[in-house]
Amino acid sequence: MLERFMNMDRRIIFILIALVVIIPTLIPIRLPITVSEPTQKLYDYIDTLPSGSTIMIAFDYGPSSLAEPEPMAKAVMQHCFSKGVKVIGMTLYANTPTLAHKLMRRIAAENKAVYGEDYIFLGYRPGALQVILGMGTNIANVFETDYEKTPITEIPMMQNITNYDQIALLLDLAAGSTTGAWIVYANTRYGLKIAAGVTAVIIAQMYPYLQTGQLIGLMPGYLGAAEYEKLLNVAGGDGTVGLNTASYAHLLIIGLVLLGNIAFFVHRRKEA
Amino acid sequence: MIEIIGIWVAAFLTLCIYSFLYRDNPFYRFAEHLFVGISVGYGIVIAMHQGIIPLAWVPLSEAMSALWTVITGQATPETINALWGLVKIIPIAIGLLFFARLSPRHTWLIRYPIAILIGFGAGIAIPNELQANIFAQTRGTIAPFAAINAGTLSAWDIFGTILIVIGVICTLIYFFFSMEHRGAISWLSKVGIAFLMVGFGAAFGNTVMGRLALMIHRVGFLIKDWLGTIF
Repeated sequence: MLERFMNMDRRIIFILIALVVIIPTLIPIRLPITVSEPTQKLYDYIDTLPSGSTIMIAFDYGPSSLAEPEPMAKAVMQHCFSKGVKVIGMTLYANTPTLAHKLMRRIAAENKAVYGEDYIFLGYRPGALQVILGMGTNIANVFETDYEKTPITEIPMMQNITNYDQIALLLDLAAGSTTGAWIVYANTRYGLKIAAGVTAVIIAQMYPYLQTGQLIGLMPGYLGAAEYEKLLNVAGGDGTVGLNTASYAHLLIIGLVLLGNIAFFVHRRKEA
Repeated sequence: MIEIIGIWVAAFLTLCIYSFLYRDNPFYRFAEHLFVGISVGYGIVIAMHQGIIPLAWVPLSEAMSALWTVITGQATPETINALWGLVKIIPIAIGLLFFARLSPRHTWLIRYPIAILIGFGAGIAIPNELQANIFAQTRGTIAPFAAINAGTLSAWDIFGTILIVIGVICTLIYFFFSMEHRGAISWLSKVGIAFLMVGFGAAFGNTVMGRLALMIHRVGFLIKDWLGTIF
């Protein structure tokens, strides 16, 4: 029995994981969600911004990693539009402009936000470092036009925005190392307040910045999206559904790790 | 209709990729190569349309037109202003030197753009990196002790603050190789290893969580979007 367990075909584990993901997707059994401090801080910061303030969202993820940042983007934009906070979207990833533009359009339509007045999407410019530094001096120097080719100077919501001085917050939705670049160059050099919503893979690298206050808030993966949705009272959002399903898969993985270790030690003792 | 075709193509490619879980096969390799090819092609087009055209081609062509109006004596204040676009010839020319590698006789010219890039990169990175990742992090490690002294931290926060300092010191000692790790140094470096292991464990756990999120997203797509077009 033990031998068979130790030599189990890994494809059986794949089938178990698939079942544990498919079943909660089909039959949702909701687990309770408790809001953590980093997400609460971000929510509180945006919630206390006066109407008419502007935040910038950097969509720094690609098509292969949109699972976690996209629910965060939806929740934060919904919050901003409901509070009258304007949103400037941009990306440091070459593969993301179409995705981010489409997402902003969809969320804005659901919240009756008007392009050019409540939000704009600047698009992508090559050279992440130069883009971050350049916008600190003058956004129009880097993005002379928005993604829809309209000159920045002709867009109503950009009339009073020159650089980071008029931006209340930069939210980096990241799947890579861009948050570090925003902190090092935009926060340290220009004093821009930074928050992040990152994939679970890089979350461990972000906590030191949270502890020092270099990040004012942090959304960790599906958990962050689900927490933000809870704060907004959004039922059945992508983050909540994703976290719920992930929780069952995590339980299975923890169980398999424990069983594997028990089997390993029992097997070793028998051999000795 | 276009959207439904897109969903079917995406579903087919998703299943092709997941077929690798059984074993390597031509469907997986087809989807993998397609992904790499399309990503590179799309990236090049985006870089052209969002980078080279608006930042180099448009201002330069406008400046050349303005220069022509000046030469022909039809200049206006706007065209004079557009002449500033000619300044972009300098960075464009320096950037073009990267292609000097294509000619063996002129390969040495590539040193100039590389030197500028390294000089700019180091100059801008060193002070900001030091400030953000050394000074701010050191201050963040020590500053909570002021709060302990002021009596504003809870017992749990005090424990966390002390634990962070122990972790930082012991981990740094582990990486301090100028002294033989014996006696107290050996014990402290072992504590450092324990902190590193906890860090790696947390990172690995988060990686598993992140990969699962990708799978959950694709399964959600297959069940809701793809099967939704059938049933």
